[in-house]
Amino acid sequence: MIELHFDVDGNDFTLAGECSSKVKKMLTQIGIAPAVIRKTAIAMYEGEINMVIHANGGKIDVMVEPEKITVILKDTGPGIKDIKKAMEEGFSTATNQVRELGFGAGMGLPNMEKYSDEMEIDTVLGEGTTVKMVFYCN
Amino acid sequence: MIVKDLLGNGFRLICGDEQREIRGCYIGDLLSLAMSRIQKDNAWITIQSNINIVAVASLMEAGCIIICDGFSPDDGVIQRADIQEVTILRTELSAYEVAKILSKYEI
Repeated sequence: MIELHFDVDGNDFTLAGECSSKVKKMLTQIGIAPAVIRKTAIAMYEGEINMVIHANGGKIDVMVEPEKITVILKDTGPGIKDIKKAMEEGFSTATNQVRELGFGAGMGLPNMEKYSDEMEIDTVLGEGTTVKMVFYCN
Repeated sequence: MIVKDLLGNGFRLICGDEQREIRGCYIGDLLSLAMSRIQKDNAWITIQSNINIVAVASLMEAGCIIICDGFSPDDGVIQRADIQEVTILRTELSAYEVAKILSKYEI
């Protein structure tokens, strides 16, 4: 099993995507199918951006096993008030400043759910959010 | 087609590889949508010019980014694109005009 750990800097928008990029490179090197890499990269990038936009950063753990890839995104942000609403396409609490950058379209969590094979959200208001995503290699 | 085919026709290469192949095209400015729609080797036409376009193009292996309508990339975009090996062009043309030109190459 390959394990990777990343700390996501919440203040630096310019670095968002770095972790996804490194994971993608590693998955390519070990010969994971391009379609699986694509799904993982899209979902992980959305998670990474969410951490920067909403939670002032966080930590990401990635575990790669022969049959599956597990990505755990953990932050100590404000938590998600209404998960059902957050899962609706088009719903977003992002600021106008963030929207001007092309984010905040309310596609983050929906995309993460769409492109992962399994997703679990554990959130506590005022304490933080942990999202676990699993991608099957076959 | 390759990036070089566009140069001189109102397109300017800002950074990257003029020999980069382009296949297909995606037009859009919402990064989340672009992220899930851009296919490998696509030309991505957008007015977004902030540094995050580099990450999206790199992750999706876009053929190039075409920043249209006369927008210019923000500071730091070119340096990041050089590191990530992302090719960027800019043009005064609109997204529609760019797409019309691309369609002549039947990509």
